[in-house]
Formats: sequence, C-alpha cells, structure tokens
Amino acid sequence: MADIQAERLGATQLAENFADVHRPFDHGGAVVEANRCYFCYDAPCINACPTGIDIPGFIRAIATGNVNGAAMTILKENILGGSCARVCPTEILCQGDCVRNGPGDRAVEIGLLQRHATDYLSAIGQHPFERAPDSGKSVAVVGAGPAGLACAHALARNGHDVTIFEGQPKPGGLNEYGIAAYKLPNDYAQGEVAFITAIGGIEIRYDLALGRDISLAQLRLDYDAVFLGLGQGGVRNLGVPGADLAGVDNAVDYISKLRQAKDLGALSVGATIVVIGGGNTAIDIAVQTKRLGAEDVTLVYRRGPEQMSATDHEQDFAQTNGVRIKHWLRPVRLEGDGNVTAAVFAGVRLEGDGLVDTGVEQNIPCDMVFKAVGQAFVPLTDDSPAVSGGRIDADDMGQTSLSDVWAGGDCVAGEDLTVQAVQDGKVAAGAIHKFLVGS
Amino acid sequence: MADLRSNFAGITSPNPFWLASAPPTDKAYNVERAFKAGWGGVVWKTLGEDPPIVNTTSRYGAVSLNGQRIAGFNNIELITDRPLDVNLQEIKQIKRDWPDRAVLVSLMVPCEEAPWRKILAAVEDTGADGMELNFGCPHGMSERGMGSAVGQVPEYVEMVTRWCKSMTQMPVFVKLTPNVTNILAPARAARLGGADAVSLINTINSIVSVDLDIMAPTPTVDGKGSHGGYCGPAVKPIALHLVAEIARDPECAGMGISGIGGIETWRDAAEFISLGADNVQVCTGVMHYGFKIVDDMIDGLNNWMDSKEHGEVVDFHRAAIPNLVAWQDLNINHELVARIDQDKCIKCGLCYVACEDTAHQAISITGKGTDRRFGTIDAECVGCNLCAHVCPVEDCITMEAVDNGKPYLNWAQDPRNPNSAAAE
Ligand SMILES: Cc1cc2nc3c(=O)[nH]c(=O)nc-3n(C[C@H](O)[C@H](O)[C@H](O)COP(=O)(O)OP(=O)(O)OC[C@H]3O[C@@H](n4cnc5c(N)ncnc54)[C@H](O)[C@@H]3O)c2cc1C
Ligand SMILES: Cc1cc2nc3c(=O)[nH]c(=O)nc-3n(C[C@H](O)[C@H](O)[C@H](O)COP(=O)(O)O)c2cc1C
Ligand code: SF4
Ligand code: SF4
Ligand code: SF4
Repeated sequence: MADIQAERLGATQLAENFADVHRPFDHGGAVVEANRCYFCYDAPCINACPTGIDIPGFIRAIATGNVNGAAMTILKENILGGSCARVCPTEILCQGDCVRNGPGDRAVEIGLLQRHATDYLSAIGQHPFERAPDSGKSVAVVGAGPAGLACAHALARNGHDVTIFEGQPKPGGLNEYGIAAYKLPNDYAQGEVAFITAIGGIEIRYDLALGRDISLAQLRLDYDAVFLGLGQGGVRNLGVPGADLAGVDNAVDYISKLRQAKDLGALSVGATIVVIGGGNTAIDIAVQTKRLGAEDVTLVYRRGPEQMSATDHEQDFAQTNGVRIKHWLRPVRLEGDGNVTAAVFAGVRLEGDGLVDTGVEQNIPCDMVFKAVGQAFVPLTDDSPAVSGGRIDADDMGQTSLSDVWAGGDCVAGEDLTVQAVQDGKVAAGAIHKFLVGS
Repeated sequence: MADLRSNFAGITSPNPFWLASAPPTDKAYNVERAFKAGWGGVVWKTLGEDPPIVNTTSRYGAVSLNGQRIAGFNNIELITDRPLDVNLQEIKQIKRDWPDRAVLVSLMVPCEEAPWRKILAAVEDTGADGMELNFGCPHGMSERGMGSAVGQVPEYVEMVTRWCKSMTQMPVFVKLTPNVTNILAPARAARLGGADAVSLINTINSIVSVDLDIMAPTPTVDGKGSHGGYCGPAVKPIALHLVAEIARDPECAGMGISGIGGIETWRDAAEFISLGADNVQVCTGVMHYGFKIVDDMIDGLNNWMDSKEHGEVVDFHRAAIPNLVAWQDLNINHELVARIDQDKCIKCGLCYVACEDTAHQAISITGKGTDRRFGTIDAECVGCNLCAHVCPVEDCITMEAVDNGKPYLNWAQDPRNPNSAAAE
C-alpha cells in the first residue's frame, strides 16, 4: 500500500516551513551591509546582472539613506526587481562576480539589499513611473509572466497601449505557478503585478490562450506589434516504462498545485519520494515535499554534482533540508502495481563525453516519483515565427522571423531565469518602441 | 614583560592609562568600576562652585561613518551636576580605598583668587594626587567666562596657573582647549605660570549634524540645538598634532603632557607617547565600549613593547619627535612609485578611478570584466599614495622606493626654489 497522505504536518509547522526563506534586513542592517560595498569602478557585479542594474549606485543610495532613489535605480532597469531580489540565483549572477568573494571574505548581499530597497518603495504604495503621452499605438503581449510584464511596462511607459493575453486565470507566469513557495510567500507575485500595471495603459485578459482562443495572425492584424512571452508550457519526457503509474507526477505540475493551494495541509504527499533531475526544479520539488512532511526524499541525478544545473547553493540548501542527493544513476524503469512502489536506476560513469552503464542496478522503494528533467517550449501550430532548437528564433533585440513579432523569456534560447526573462522583455520593448515610432 | 608603571609629575600609577575628566569619572560608583577594571588613574569630573549646574536632555550627538558607530562624539554637557561636598567625600574615600591609583581632580571656578583658594583647600583635604584646571570646555561654561573662555586668553591661563601653584603643593595640570589658532600660546602661558603638565585636547567646537526634518542642529533640546564639544576617534589626528607641537617647543620643555583625544587602543596610546605625551587619558572610548577596553590596552602595549624591546614606557617616549620635521626639511629627491600585488588585487578598480579622475592618470586597465588587470605607469606616477589609501585590500598596493641615486636635497637647497641658495 502506497503511503500517500494529506496533513502530515500541523498548520503551524507548515506555515513555518513555507514562510520566507530569507530574513530581510532592517534599515540599520541594510546600511551596514551597504557600507561593505566598495563602490567598484566599472563594477563586475553590474556585468553579471542580466538586467545591468547599477548595483554600486543603488547600494550607495541605501548607505546614504536615499532608499527611494535606490529602488528607482533598480526598477529603471528591472521592473521586477522585487521578485528578482527574492528568486535570482545571485551566487551565479551579481554576487558571484562581486570582488569581495576572496578567501576570508564574502560577497556583498546584493539580493537582500535590492529587496530592502524595492520593499521600501512598495510600502509607499505608489507607482513611481509616469507614462509618456499616448502614442496612439497598441501592442499585444502574449503571456503575463516576467518577460511579458517587463515588456508591457516598458511599452506602457513609452505611451503605447498594451493588451496582455494570458492563458491562465492569474498573471505572474512562473512567479505565480512555479517558483518555490518560500521564495515568494504572501502572494508576492500578485502584489508585484498590481504594482507594475498601476502605471496604466496595460490591460490583462485572462483565460485566453494563443493557439486555442486567439491566433497570432489575428493579433498581428489587430495590433501594431506583438510580443510573445510564452514561457515553456511543456515538460520533457522521462522515456522509461512505468511513467504512467499513479504516484508519478511532473514536478512543475505538483508545484503549481502547491502554489495555488489555499490549505497546504490538504495536499497529499508520499512518505518516501524520489525526484529525478538535476536542476533547480528538482531541488524545489524535493525541498517542498520534504517541507510538506515527506519522511524520506531522494534526488537522483544521472551525472555528478558539478554537472548539475542546480547551483552549489541550491544543492547545499537541499541537503540542509534533509534531501539525500544521489549521483551517477540513470533511470531505467518505475515499478509498481497501480501506484509506483520503486524507481530503478542503472549506475553509470563518464567515459569521454558519454555515460556508460556500470552494470550495477539500484532499486529505490518509494511512494511518489517526481519528474524534473526539464521543461520544453510548446510550438505554436499556426502562423508561427521560425523555431530552432525547440525555441522561438529571436535576434539580440528579440525580433523573430516575423517583422512585427518579438519574443523573449523562456520561449527563446538563453538562460531560463526570471531576470533573463525581464531583460528580454525590456530589450524587446525598446526595439518595439523604435519600430512603432519609426526612428 | 614590560614595565608599564608610570611616574608622571610625581604622581604614580600602575599604567599610563587614565580616564579623562568626564561622565566616566563623575562619581565613586563609576571610578570604583574603572579601577576594578584596571585603569591606572582618573581625572575626576570637573568640580565647580555650589550650587551645582543643571544639565539638559538630550546631551550627546555622534557621527557614524560607514556603519561604524561613534566615529566622532559631541556633547553639550557642563561640569558636574552634583553638590561639591558629595564629590569631595567620594574622592576622599576612593583615594583611601585605591592608594596605588592616580586620582586627580578637575576644577573650574570663576577667574578670581578667592574661589580658587577655597576649592583648592577642599581638594587638598581629600588626599587627591593632583589637580587639573579645566580651561577647555568649549560650551555652556565658556559663556559664563570659564572653561575655554579662559583657555583662549594666555594671560588668564598664566595668571590662574600661578595662583594655583602658589596656593597648593599638589601638582597642577592645565587642560588646554584646541579651539585656538596656535596651541603654543596657552601652552607657554601654562609653562610660565608654573604648570607641572598640560592635558590636551579638550573638545573641539562642533555641530555634529542637522536634523533635516526639524531643521535643528543635533543633539536637539526641545527643538533647538547648541554647538557642542567634539571628541572621539575623529579628533585623534588633531590631538596628535597639538601634542607634538608642544612636545617639540623648546619654551615648553620640562613641562609634562597628558595626551587626550580619540584614544581607544594601545596603539593610539603608543602614538601619543611617541610624540611626547607622558601618559594618556580616555573618555569617548570607554563611553562607547565600557571600562573593559583597558585590558587590551595594557596587554597590547605590553606585547608591542616586548616586541620592540622597550622595557619601560619612557624608552619610547618622544621617540618619533626627531622624525617630525618642517616640510622644507623633507628630502625632495626621495621618489616612490606605486606597486600593485596582482595576487592580492581583487579588481575593484578603485585605484584606477581615483588616479584617473583625481590624481595623475598613472594606472592602466588591461583586459575586460573579471579578467581585467590594473597596473601602474611608472613614468606618470608621482608617488602620492592615493591609490594605496583607496585600495580596500591590505598591503595590495605598496609604495616602492626608486633608487634614483640622488642625494638628500631639501627645498631650501633645491634650485627650483626661487629663494634657495642654489637659485641665487
Ligand atoms: C519550478 C521552477 C522553479 C524556478 N525557480 C527559479 C528561481 O528560483 N529563480 C529564477 O530566476 N528562475 C526560476 N525559474 C525559471 C523562471 O521561472 C523562468 O525563467 C521565468 O519565469 C520565465 O519567464 P517567462 O515570462 O519567459 O515565462 P513564464 O514565467 O513561464 O510565463 C509565461 C506566461 O505565458 C503564459 N502562456 C504560455 N503559453 C500561452 C499561450 N499559448 N497563450 C497565452 N498565454 C500563454 C503562461 O500561462 C505564463 O503566464 C524556475 C522555473 C521553474 C519551472
Ligand atoms: C560627555 C562629556 C563630558 C565631558 N566633560 C568634561 C569635563 O567636565 N571636564 C573636562 O575637562 N573635560 C570634559 N570632557 C572632555 C574629555 O575629558 C576629553 O578631553 C575629550 O572628550 C577628548 O577625549 P576623547 O576623545 O577620549 O573623548 C567631556 C567629554 C565628554 C564626551
Ligand atoms: S562587485 Fe561587490 S563590492 Fe564591487 S560594486 Fe559590486 S557589490 Fe559592490
Ligand atoms: S601613487 Fe598617486 S600617482 Fe601613483 S598610481 Fe597611485 S594614485 Fe596614481
Ligand atoms: S584598488 Fe586594489 S584591489 Fe582594487 S583594483 Fe586597485 S589594486 Fe586591485
């Protein structure tokens, strides 16, 4: 009998487990940390931020007590600076290149400082940007994720009218449905969307999916330009027998359920869990099921720790949460009768660039298996811009093969990160603006 | 183990660390705690005539620098606000209980003979080791014709010092105000009046900040502020200079110096002593961290003295004085260039931008991003030191002497000086 149950933990424990993972700075703490920044010349951290925020600039503003100015410096480059401060893997981005990473030192806490500044501004409760006079142009944005929202805001600022078409009933994209719950607690994504759209000139229409309810051809007729911020709606297949057993689920689907659950206690979770994958999604599902009360969670990856796309920081985080990580194991089948009872792996080792079986099999008994082997872009069926490598083709400015269609975020090639999606949306908005005003 | 014992103007104490006349020495309770902690002596909070003065709230302001609290400190307090008798009784008791520690009494009464005669007799009766004339307080008391109002007029300094010397057998210390254009004027006056020692510095006239919400200087008292006296780490450089000026003045020779101003560590103390202070006094340091800092002052000074093979404090007293010279005596032929240790460099670029924007365009950047490399351009470097100061990494930029084969040449001898002997 599979041991899958709801209410493994009491409400108080769950609330604690899913509360904010980071402790924000108070003002004094922020000033002390801000003063650790050397105010580098041509600072390396700026180059390591995909949105190119003037990091020493905003940190200095915090140090001088100009916190509002700090927030504006951030939001000017990254209108989702608030969620990025919470979700960015700073250890491989800005903080990874901070000059204070040397022995016996530690990087400046750029993410937490960014959060301090953006929180300060959002507590004021006023939208800080003004719109340019109405341009008379209108743009359709598909997808209300980070890419679409960043693009919409920049366009609205330039006086264009934006309509966002969103397939889901709520905006935010993966900020709402995908990011680990403890990174964006307290309905942060919805608050941020309200903040962004408060600039005016942005209408979001829900439950309208491109390819199902609307067509790109029609959008191109009705609007002066189109931006696609579709993300990656699909998941990669595991391709092993037994994947259709009960108790086997896609990590992203379960996380989405978890993110939308009003009562976390009502979610059923197995006592023993196997997660297959090596990225941040794998880490997120492993930690979140552990925090829901799963007794034993094993994350299994077919290569070594260095090859995992999950950062060192994320791997440590999983381990401190009691997740066991096993390497060099390739899934061969899932066993069970109705419900999954075990995941079976073949031991592998590296030979040249390829993996070869060692001939040793490992059988891990479990009540649930989560697949986290990657998301995939679901191509559009009609009138699609050119696609290559499974993603929409876009140039440096986000322009697709169609002259009036731009794309950005996870649906184009590049790092699948919130901050990269924001940058893509911002860059494309700049190009669309040029296209619309004809300069 | 070095010998830290001090004999200064005939007053002995187990170490050269005294507490300056201020709130830490305001009453027996504090002084008792200070002596238990190990302080060598105290100068009791300044006594005046009864009725005691009344203080305001609040009283203190401070400057925080880059997260460091109390880089500078400021107060608008007056002298003791307790009755004279209470203070005198406590001083007597303390000196009886702690015979090996130095107990001096700071005094401030109007500039007339009678009040000085009266208070000196009372202080003598306590058995205190000496007295310090507070000619330094720059606020509140000065408006009443005392404190720095006296310290700024050399004739008054000399006159009151002479009175006191004639009225008492106790050693007389004169505490100087730095709020003068030339410290030698009051110092020489004290010498002429017969002072055994001068203590300096008292606080510097200051306004530490303005509260921009209520548009008043801080600390604010019911919406208004007043200038105060500045002290703490920020004033140390000023105090060092003034101490050294007196120490190398032939007219002040033979008079002791008690160094005060921003002293918080054994290193600060050693610097003051090397520039001519016989001992040191501390106020802000203990107001910030408590009396316990004396532990490391004693231990640290001891260890440093051992490492330099100084057996006693007098062994390095004035040791830096011969190397303090006038600008025109510096060797103009001495040449330095900046050297960057590439293994230590963290590539922050601060040296580059400092030299490029504000100095001599003598630092180059090669490469990009995290691979960039900073180097010096010797031909442009004037050896000013700026880059070494801005570099956040200890010993990453050092100044290297260039062997140019040129002999010592000072400005008086330099042919580029229109007034030099060589130019004629
Ligand atoms: C589990 C998980 C955890 C993650 N954790 C992190 C993290 O901690 N830090 C980080 O930086 N990144 C993280 N990421 C990646 C990050 O969430 C994405 O890179 C980012 O959200 C991409 O933004 P986007 O706007 O391109 O796409 P999405 O956020 O996916 O938004 C796309 C939007 O388009 C809508 N949409 C899609 N198709 C259609 C259609 N046909 N018609 C209409 N609307 C459509 C979707 O409903 C969605 O609202 C995580 C991803 C996952 C899956
Ligand atoms: C709150 C406060 C009160 C002081 N009161 C006196 C005083 O009564 N008499 C006096 O001679 N100096 C007084 N001073 C000056 C100190 O004795 C000392 O000279 C000065 O603070 C510099 O030393 P520091 O930098 O170690 O604080 C006072 C200083 C402070 C901060
Ligand atoms: S690299 Fe680090 S120290 Fe330098 S500016 Fe950026 S945050 Fe500050
Ligand atoms: S010493 Fe002065 S001139 Fe020379 S490199 Fe450094 S800052 Fe520039
Ligand atoms: S200031 Fe120092 S650490 Fe920074 S680049 Fe220059 S030499 Fe390197």
